[in-house]
Amino acid sequence: MRLATHNLAFGYAHKTVGHDVSLTVESGQIVCVLGANGSGKSTLFKTLLGLLKPRGGDITLDDESVLAWPRRRLAQTMAYVPQAHADYFPFTVLDTVLMGRAARVNLFAVPSQRDREAALTALHTLRIAELKDEPYARISGGQRQLVLIARALAQEAKILVMDEPTSSLDFGNRVRLLEYVRLLACEGLGIIFSTHDPDQALACADIVALLHQGRLLRCGQPQEVITRENLRLIYGVNVDMLGAPYSAHRVCIL
Amino acid sequence: MAGRNLPLWPLGILVLLLVAASFAIGQFPVSLNDLLNLTFGKLFGPSPHVSSLVATVIFEVRLPRVLGALLVGGALAAAGAAYQGMFRNPLVSPDILGVSAGAGLGAVLGIFLSLTPAGVQALAFVFGLAAVALVYAIAARVRGNDPVLVLVLAGVVIGSLVGALISLLKIIADPYDQLPAMTFWLLGSLANVDVGDLKIAFPVVSLSLLPLYLLRWRMNILILHDEEGRALGVDTATLRIVFIIAATLMTSAVVAIGGMVGWVGLVIPHIARMLVGPEFGRLLPASMLLGAGFLLLVDNVARSITSSEIPLGILTALIGAPFFLWLLAAGRKPWQ
Repeated sequence: MRLATHNLAFGYAHKTVGHDVSLTVESGQIVCVLGANGSGKSTLFKTLLGLLKPRGGDITLDDESVLAWPRRRLAQTMAYVPQAHADYFPFTVLDTVLMGRAARVNLFAVPSQRDREAALTALHTLRIAELKDEPYARISGGQRQLVLIARALAQEAKILVMDEPTSSLDFGNRVRLLEYVRLLACEGLGIIFSTHDPDQALACADIVALLHQGRLLRCGQPQEVITRENLRLIYGVNVDMLGAPYSAHRVCIL
Repeated sequence: MAGRNLPLWPLGILVLLLVAASFAIGQFPVSLNDLLNLTFGKLFGPSPHVSSLVATVIFEVRLPRVLGALLVGGALAAAGAAYQGMFRNPLVSPDILGVSAGAGLGAVLGIFLSLTPAGVQALAFVFGLAAVALVYAIAARVRGNDPVLVLVLAGVVIGSLVGALISLLKIIADPYDQLPAMTFWLLGSLANVDVGDLKIAFPVVSLSLLPLYLLRWRMNILILHDEEGRALGVDTATLRIVFIIAATLMTSAVVAIGGMVGWVGLVIPHIARMLVGPEFGRLLPASMLLGAGFLLLVDNVARSITSSEIPLGILTALIGAPFFLWLLAAGRKPWQ
């Protein structure tokens, strides 16, 4: 499975946020979209998911344009993991994950035993099965983010689109989440996630796309793309790059 | 959360018992014996043991009223549960989009024009729907990031505009003849419900319940952020319109026969949510049973506590408001 954008222009009804973005995500690959606040990451992702109409260009899945696809078919292929948020009503974790089955349950039907099993499997994959009867509103922020990932897994999509999945998490949960992202890619999912933290891109991405003022500044291997010069350009700050101890990765230091 | 898997049948039995008791309550005494004889008589042929006067009281006075209370209470609670989910706000009641205010204006206008009771009801029904249609049309024209917020704001504005028109009609109405009728209608009452009303309201309510029931699981997804729901493959905009139409039709139909009965649509879904959780497939039947039972109980009090009728809206407010405050004070955040 290969998700690609071709000279994509995106934005809102009266305002183009970005243009000329050509990106690909393949099964088993982690693509990280790195950019400052306001660089257009979220708008790009909403356009990918079909929530906003592209202002130009094309989005394809395995070379077939998806622009005319019905919502249900899109959701069977691509899943969205939003930032964890508080819920309005006390749904249980299992109920929340079951909602991921919406694109697979018939219009007038309720989830079947098979749907329940898919939801439970997703919870097991993320090792949070013991939370299944807890109200979603009462679990921690880190756990909520995992529940939303579980919901995307229950959707049985091939591509996960994650909008700043680590932004509300503490250090430990951030590391754990990135480990899961790696694990899911190893199992064959294509993952595209956004972050404003270059260290996360260095730690787990196969491809890094630098988004700057709505345009793709660079796209390639993390080591080649995340450089002093590029970071100064997109964030306007000076950092040094250091090799991290015990790893091939590098980290950014001030 | 405790109580999520409470079965619904005990609630159903409770409501049935209440229905049976309701036939015996009232100014005219009816014994349990009469009641049983009449019931079996209807089922297996006429019974010689009961006077025709008792039969008249039961079938022509109390039966329509009991059925009316069940219908109005159940429909208001169902619409309340749907609206609260749709607007992701547990403090929303079925009149949020101006349906009650619109129906109120229609009824008051009908009384002002000295229409027949049926004419008043028809006008109430049509104005209720028209008010919501107006609110929806305004909201659709306003561009905004949050369609739900725009809808609610438009509802508040139209509601208060309609309220002003109601006040105007009350001022220019005949203070001895029309004004009391208007006031009584605006406070809600089932005193004038007859079989003819039920024959119209019941099919409308049933028909509106059908999409709510069929799409009950999908309703849960409307509670998420719009974009999240759409990314899950659900056409949230269409779904929301279907639910708004269904809940509005249902509310209009029962407001037209029972007047403006407040609080049921706000408080009952809360209690139901505390009992069975927010999953709409369980919340809907629980809300309907509780709403039907509650309004029947209140109506029994309204018609039997004094020799003259007490308007329903007064009683539901007297019970609903303190109960809601108690929920708040007891720290049982009604929405969690």
